[in-house]
Amino acid sequence: MKSTYQTKDFWAGCVYVAIGLAAILIAQDYKMGTAARMGAGYFPRVLSGLLMLIGLASILRAFLQPGERVERIQLRPMLLIVGSTLIFAASVRYLGTVIAVPLMGLLAASASRMFRITVPALVGLALLTAFCTIVFQMGLGVPLPILGSLFGG
Amino acid sequence: MELIQNLGLGFATAFSVANLAYCLIGVFLGTAIGVLPGLGPVATIAMLLPVTFGLSPETALIMLAGIFYGAQYGGSTTAILVNLPGESSSVVTAIDGYQMARQGHAGKALATAAIGSFIAGTVATVVIALIAPALAEVALAFGPREYFSLMVLGLVASVVLASGSLLHAVGMIVLGLLLGLIGTDVNSGVMRYTFGRDEMADGISFVVVAMGMFGIGEILSNLESEASRSILARKVEGLMPTRADLRRIMAPVARGTGIGSLLGILPGGGAMLASFAAYALEKKVSRTPERFGHGAIEGVAGPESANNAAAQTSFIPMLTLGIPSNPTMALMIGAMIMQGIQPGPGVISDQPALFWGLIVSMWIGNVMLLVLNLPLIGLWVRMIGIPYHFLYPCIIFFCVIGVFSINNATFDIWLMALFGVAGYILRKLDCEPAPLLLGFVLGPMLEEHLRRAMLISKGDPTGFLTSPISATLLALAVALLISILLPAIRSKREEAFQEED
Repeated sequence: MKSTYQTKDFWAGCVYVAIGLAAILIAQDYKMGTAARMGAGYFPRVLSGLLMLIGLASILRAFLQPGERVERIQLRPMLLIVGSTLIFAASVRYLGTVIAVPLMGLLAASASRMFRITVPALVGLALLTAFCTIVFQMGLGVPLPILGSLFGG
Repeated sequence: MELIQNLGLGFATAFSVANLAYCLIGVFLGTAIGVLPGLGPVATIAMLLPVTFGLSPETALIMLAGIFYGAQYGGSTTAILVNLPGESSSVVTAIDGYQMARQGHAGKALATAAIGSFIAGTVATVVIALIAPALAEVALAFGPREYFSLMVLGLVASVVLASGSLLHAVGMIVLGLLLGLIGTDVNSGVMRYTFGRDEMADGISFVVVAMGMFGIGEILSNLESEASRSILARKVEGLMPTRADLRRIMAPVARGTGIGSLLGILPGGGAMLASFAAYALEKKVSRTPERFGHGAIEGVAGPESANNAAAQTSFIPMLTLGIPSNPTMALMIGAMIMQGIQPGPGVISDQPALFWGLIVSMWIGNVMLLVLNLPLIGLWVRMIGIPYHFLYPCIIFFCVIGVFSINNATFDIWLMALFGVAGYILRKLDCEPAPLLLGFVLGPMLEEHLRRAMLISKGDPTGFLTSPISATLLALAVALLISILLPAIRSKREEAFQEED
């Protein structure tokens, strides 16, 4: 019985129920209206209710016929990859793309098992940064500073 | 002779220097990114979408279409050369194509794929030109009820024809519909699910969802099974097929084109389903089915024609009804909305230059694929050789810059990161993100039509059943749902998808 709590169906069901519950609670602030004149809250409530039902069905299925277990969720690559994008978002105006792009690249690359700091890798990083400056900032005019406010850019 | 007049307009649009140039760039970039293993058409289009923001609507769609079939073709090249299909529709190509490459016939397999795709693309273009205007005419008579029922049918069909767990496919669609509601409610002006953030008042951009789920989420999944790839042929030779080869592939190409054109039109259909069906058919009609799986040229010709034909004809429901039949078309719809075009049956009559120009450019794009790709095969082989650990940091960079450039807001990068994590975890739970994207794009339309339909019938839901078209569509949806719950058909469906593993 213990393994039921580790199956994909069980956890997927929990995710559905949790999201559906949150959505229906938030929707309490929106007007329900009538079937003929639906308010802002009508359709969200219907959908949230449906999502919770699907979630319950999934949980039920997990108990009736326990399926596959959830494979291990790799936290390290997830934190590094997602973290690299977040650090870019937080720092780009301050540091500028000249620093923020290689920083993101390096951080993201370190999530790989093959990660080594080698000359071709560093050249690639420099090329990517140059590409960003020339194509996106000069060519397409993406409004990001090349040099950030830290350097008076 | 209206058709010829219209095609004339199409040729005039498609042959403008700018449109030809962007079609070429689209096909080239699409193929270049499509050959990279682990990057399918959805991620490719989402990544390159911001590049098209500054273009006119015709040019933008022509370029996106070019990217789409370029990516499709690139995926087949990778499937043949390294047995790593970049997208689900070339999974079956990998079975026999890779075997051919191992026996030293990589060139022949690639040429077969190119020729098959070209013929299928040409036929499918004609099919679109003939069917789409007629279908749009019918759809003009559709009211909110018919639209609502049509979308329900489309969503149900996409569940049935998708692989994987049905329950989770439905769950992901509902989740997508809910996410689509985020933003200001058009009827009452109430901000829904925005958590007080002004950035979310206009809703979440579908590019953010697509890049998070398909870009970042896919990288996280790929990093788990990082393995070095070996490319069979550094040099691909013997590209020109012999006359005997040509004779052998003609019938499979014709059959594949037929199946593909048909399955592409169906809601929920598309390239993947078509290629599986074509492979199964070729195996069935072959007098020597035992050769399949060991390098049968028919096993490349049939599915490759089918997936290209289906990729083209799946534009039909998108252009005439405004309803996407697969995630790629959902992206196209999103691109149209961003360009200020309301998708639906009015597109053909309101934007004839766009519609006919797009159709003609599809054919031009196929010609470009044929003449460009075989000579450039050396370049593609070198691109496939780029190790993934060099590649994915660049993909992340393109996702981040692309998402930022939609609204010039770093907030969107935070959101994309969130969807990336969600995509990774949902994949772990066997919940495929493709249906979510469909629901996300359809959500606002579905609600709008439901509201209008209920207003017309004064809150009486039986209104959906008294309109004959709507009732038929709903009956079809119910029949589809019942059919997959029947054990016999259910096992057939699982059988059809088992070759994917």
